[in-house]
Amino acid sequence: MLKKIIFQFLALSIIFTYSAQSAESGGMPQLNPEFWISQIFWLVLTFGLLFIILSKFILPKISNNLETRKSQILDNIETADKQREETEKKVKEFDKIINDTKVEAKNFFNSERQKVLDDINNKRLSLEKDIEKEIIKAEEEIDQLKKTSQEKVTKIAIETSSDLVKQLIGEDINKSSLSAIVEDLSKKEMEKHNGI
Amino acid sequence: MAANPMYQFNVYRIGPEIKINNIDISFTNASLFMVISSLAILIIFNLGTKRSIIPNKIQLLAELSYSFISKMISDTAGSKAKPYFSFIFSLFMFVLFCNMFGMIPYSFTVTSHIIVTFVLAAFIFIGVTIIGFIKHGLGYLKLFVPSGVPMVLLPLIVVIEIISYLSRPISLSVRLFANMMAGHTMMKVFGGFVVSLGIVGGWLPLGFSVALTGLEILVAFLQAYVFAILTCIYLNDALNLHH
Repeated sequence: MLKKIIFQFLALSIIFTYSAQSAESGGMPQLNPEFWISQIFWLVLTFGLLFIILSKFILPKISNNLETRKSQILDNIETADKQREETEKKVKEFDKIINDTKVEAKNFFNSERQKVLDDINNKRLSLEKDIEKEIIKAEEEIDQLKKTSQEKVTKIAIETSSDLVKQLIGEDINKSSLSAIVEDLSKKEMEKHNGI
Repeated sequence: MAANPMYQFNVYRIGPEIKINNIDISFTNASLFMVISSLAILIIFNLGTKRSIIPNKIQLLAELSYSFISKMISDTAGSKAKPYFSFIFSLFMFVLFCNMFGMIPYSFTVTSHIIVTFVLAAFIFIGVTIIGFIKHGLGYLKLFVPSGVPMVLLPLIVVIEIISYLSRPISLSVRLFANMMAGHTMMKVFGGFVVSLGIVGGWLPLGFSVALTGLEILVAFLQAYVFAILTCIYLNDALNLHH
């Protein structure tokens, strides 16, 4: 503000000095009315034409351009917002799908594992049962074999000893006494075997 | 001594003398620079009307000036001043281009002539007054009666208000004319000093001359802006009666 005042003061003082000075040598050309009418005429003509052309042809175009740019930018922002929202939605959906799939896969894996484990367990159980049965069978057989073998051995011993006696003595001995003796002996032998 | 610093403001005839009903309307150097300024404005702004979404440099210039003046009008005179936009735009551009063309050495400054600025200012003054009376009828006279003034002071205030209103065209025209004339005269004087002091002492006024050129370009813009904004303020008084 102060600058402006100082400047205007300076300007005015210079005008006055120079108008005073030049008054001696013909004065200010601005105050010479010779061409005033001409200047007014040409000013009205040029400024009038300028105003008419600017207001009728050029300024509407510029304002139109500005409007279209504004509306286009707004449109673009709107579509961008819409697309962003859509993208967010899609991303959410995508995340959900991935999560669901993960859960499903986990479930599937777990159930399959359980199935396999159950299967293995069942098979093992049935195998163990089979094995037990076989063992029992084998033990029974062994028991049977044990019993029968003793009897057979006694029988063989009796027969052999009776044959031997027959050969040695040449006559039959009472089988029952012989068997009693053999049994007695075998018992003693067995006791000897089992006792130790 | 150097040439008369006022010589640059001389108006002279270019081409033949044209007379209509004994009135001289010959084409002069002032007319030439009015035509050049108007053509330059029309060419630049016509180049700035291309319909492209991303503007090029000239289009950007045109659109920036458009929004600059549009903002100036809506800030000072409100939305009611919209219909007068193209007039104020033309006025600002005309004054600005005339001032700027005047900065070219050996050119002529149209706005350094009181008759030109006075015609513009008088047109604005008359136009604004007519607009005021059309919008508000005789109520426009309330402009001279500020509210909240004691009755004793009222006659004095009304007289002062009327004088200040009537002096508007004079202050508006003299401000522009005096600024332009003073600046150009000062540059001419310093230029004369450079010549008369020669190679030894001419450097100081040459520096001043360079600095003054920068200042004058600033003043050329500033005065165009002031001229336009004062028009807006006067228009505001006529459109929105505040008092």
